[in-house]
Amino acid sequence: MIVEDVLCPFCGCLCDDIKVEVEDGRIVGVKRACRLGSSKFMGHERISGPMVRRDGELTETTYDEAYDRAAQILKAAKRPLLYGWCSTVCETAKKGILLAEEVGGVIDSTATVCHGPSIIGIEEKGLAGSTLGQVKNRADLIVFWGANPAEAHPRHTMRYSSNSTGMFTPEGRGGRKVVVVDVRRTRTAKNADKFILIRPGTDYEVISALRMIVKGKGDLIPDTVAGIPKSDLEEVAGMMLAAKFGAVLIGLGLTHSRGRYKNVDNALSLVADLNGFTKFVVLAMRGHYNVAGFGQVCAWETGYPMAVDLARGAPYFNPGETAACDLLARKEADAMMVVAADPASNFPRATVEAMAEIPVIQVDPFPNPTTFLADVVIPTAVCGIEAEGTAYRMDGLSLRMKKVVDSGLPTDEEVVENILDRVRRLADDN
Amino acid sequence: MIIEGGIVYDPKNGVLGEEMDVSIEDGRVVEESRDGEKIDARGMLVLPGGVDAHAHIAGGKVNTGRIMRPEDGRRGTEPRTKLLRPSTGYTVPNCYAIGYRYARLGYTIAFEAATPILEARHTHEELEEIPIVDKGALTLFGNNWEVLECVRDGDLDKLAAFVAWGLRASRGYGVKVVNPGGGEAWGFGGNVKGIDDPVPSFNVTPREIIRYLMKANEALRLPHSVHLHTNNLGKPGNYETTLATLRAVEDIAASRDRQVLHVTHMQFSAYGGTGWKDFESKASEIADYFNKHDQFTMDMGQLIFGSATTMTADAPLEYANARLLKAKWSNHDIELEESSGVVPIVYGRKNPINAIQWAIGLELALLTEDPWQMIMTTDHPNGGPFVNYPEVIALLMSRPKREEELATLHELASKRSSLPTIEREMDWNEVAIVTRAGPAKILGLPEKGHLGVGADGDVSIYEIDPEKVDPSRDHKEVKAALARAKYTIKGGEVVVRDGEIVAVPQGRTYWVDASVPEDQAAKVEADLASKFAKYYSIQMSNYMVQDAYVTRPRVIKAGVI
Repeated sequence: MIVEDVLCPFCGCLCDDIKVEVEDGRIVGVKRACRLGSSKFMGHERISGPMVRRDGELTETTYDEAYDRAAQILKAAKRPLLYGWCSTVCETAKKGILLAEEVGGVIDSTATVCHGPSIIGIEEKGLAGSTLGQVKNRADLIVFWGANPAEAHPRHTMRYSSNSTGMFTPEGRGGRKVVVVDVRRTRTAKNADKFILIRPGTDYEVISALRMIVKGKGDLIPDTVAGIPKSDLEEVAGMMLAAKFGAVLIGLGLTHSRGRYKNVDNALSLVADLNGFTKFVVLAMRGHYNVAGFGQVCAWETGYPMAVDLARGAPYFNPGETAACDLLARKEADAMMVVAADPASNFPRATVEAMAEIPVIQVDPFPNPTTFLADVVIPTAVCGIEAEGTAYRMDGLSLRMKKVVDSGLPTDEEVVENILDRVRRLADDN
Repeated sequence: MIIEGGIVYDPKNGVLGEEMDVSIEDGRVVEESRDGEKIDARGMLVLPGGVDAHAHIAGGKVNTGRIMRPEDGRRGTEPRTKLLRPSTGYTVPNCYAIGYRYARLGYTIAFEAATPILEARHTHEELEEIPIVDKGALTLFGNNWEVLECVRDGDLDKLAAFVAWGLRASRGYGVKVVNPGGGEAWGFGGNVKGIDDPVPSFNVTPREIIRYLMKANEALRLPHSVHLHTNNLGKPGNYETTLATLRAVEDIAASRDRQVLHVTHMQFSAYGGTGWKDFESKASEIADYFNKHDQFTMDMGQLIFGSATTMTADAPLEYANARLLKAKWSNHDIELEESSGVVPIVYGRKNPINAIQWAIGLELALLTEDPWQMIMTTDHPNGGPFVNYPEVIALLMSRPKREEELATLHELASKRSSLPTIEREMDWNEVAIVTRAGPAKILGLPEKGHLGVGADGDVSIYEIDPEKVDPSRDHKEVKAALARAKYTIKGGEVVVRDGEIVAVPQGRTYWVDASVPEDQAAKVEADLASKFAKYYSIQMSNYMVQDAYVTRPRVIKAGVI
């Protein structure tokens, strides 16, 4: 049996045209997906069963005991941290926020170590964006800034950006200009009409110089900016001003170099400035397939998109104080629940060390380095393959993910709900 | 349930401040209730539950407002309780706060004013999270490529079939048209300048788009009329565009007992002047026109001083706002369908433009003679948040309050509007019309906005005695009482008592399922299949809002067969 138009639960592209071949309840083939997506569909090592740590060793147990243990940990904690939510569906996030309210915890997503600075930039300046289809149909200039879709979002260029075709872009790549700005010559850079190699940490300066040229103040700029000849910058600014529809696609190169959210703020400002001359949009190249969805759910439920402290019963948002890394770095969190994420691989070392000192609950289909730190491990069905639900593409478009095969395992949502029920029962007992 | 002895205003049924009982059973108003629950409403004002026909309460641009405005989130924070989820926000409240605040005001149904089909799933996800009130969403059609092509080809039957399809795909309630053609032009940074300015690439004019969509709307006999945000909204001198738009559709007849066109947040479309320097009110010209043309209705879009968040599918307007105010700016273009923008704003009493805008909203409401043609709104949160409805009602009921306010405003509010000369003060019957019976009739909701037998058991009770309180003089008392319902009853259940939420039922979501001939539907499907293959960034099979996102639907049937 071929299941058509399946959504891919890998990256923020959320491709929805995948064909999955199922035989006897197992996936035997995948068409149209990139190598990243295919490998997820075809499956790899799974957590074998629920486990709890006894005498220092993870030992297999029942789901009921794992839920009980997780609930006890969260209930006993004074400052529980509920983290992750990027590789699961929005329905899980809703239950997670409710659980965080119930235990008076802090809830945060992987955006905190990803496009969190982009979100803070948006709080400063707003985001002049569009859906990806608008870029596909109209953009005659694409600027990838600190983003490398050839490696990280393999189908992005073909489906949505530089190589896509649409109503006003029938020639595809041939009718477009592509500019890549990065600290190394990436595979994406090889597809560029103009590549600007910048020194790490100089994004802010370079964007500022472009803004000055766009605004007619180019004569104030020195001959080189951050090592880049002024003529190169004038050429890029000229390409921007000559475009009928330009799209700036920003990646982690911008959010994770010196300046962080200020880099994004400046990039958003450049795009706002350019709209005084022509049409421009800017989009963040979000990584995990539903990291955008957690931000949306968290915003409509609590008012804020990440790093929400519910200790006082009312949402309090102050990244720098209430983000996951802040709590761990201050050794404030005294228990952590990790759902569909791997902080042990992605967090700063000192915060991972802090994780090692506190009880950690992991909810995930797959083992990862966080498993080694976990005291309770609860395996789940893979969202988008073994469980349905909602995800938000990197441009904020909501789509419904399908269930293709049955795993017999509980979903992330069911696991969180079971823990929530037990937390409530513990509260009633007290 | 019996609500005993209140002073009831039920304009639809000709009840004008009579002391009487209201009985509810199984969620509906009945002649006589058998069960025992009694609510003592003696000496209190009893109205049908409030009906908000136009507010931005759910979906992409509302959430964009929340995400870009954490400073707004901090206002209006209330912690969770055993019964309630936490509340945040003033202009862009979280979902729970929206439901709780409407209920506390005595409102029991609210419509999200603008949702693109492509992003309707998101809108419904948020609507599902809004507690207590019933709700629905109006669907955007005014810049959709399929619409523009049907208009260009003069194919009204196919257009009607597409409108029916789009309502079903979005689980939408009615046809919203925002700056027709302008949203498409904004795809390349342009706009249209008036109703006869052709839309780039499509060779149609806003006049044609509006006319065709109105004809399609009437061909489908939809419960609501076309709901229009005019071209040139927000610009000095735009009253001429507004009047030209209305004159362009005078020959179109309504297919049902309601208006043929609803022009929304008229305050933003009733401006004179050639620029901001000679900006002035043209509310009296607009109201005069409405007084002679009863086939049209409007809502106020009243401005409230203080913080607001402007959000609209009129993206070029938002870009202009951001430039003018040097404010943070979000934009979101939606492939093949729409554009939109969000910009925070603070309306100042001493700002001459804002002061005149404030006066215009009130002039429109008071100069339009028939209250059935006028709905009280603030275009939440564009003119200001809906929690300020009691302030607006107090202004409509009290000339002394208006004079007190005018004295605190920039002097141009008095010089460039006719507000100081307006003596009219609305009475409770008129207030019940502009907040209940009128919007229910305009939306086409026969079970809402009244207390006749068979109506939904939605009632608001306020601790104010209409026989003792003079709203003109005691306007503070009016405002205080309306801000905090003594009781709000939703579907026969007490949800607010003494201004506090006591129950949190889940409301229903209205949407319209309109039938069309199969051959027309097939033509639309073929068109769309081609559009999805070439232009959309998703597959057609993943486009429609699935049933999972509307868990408590109230489906209204319409259509041509």
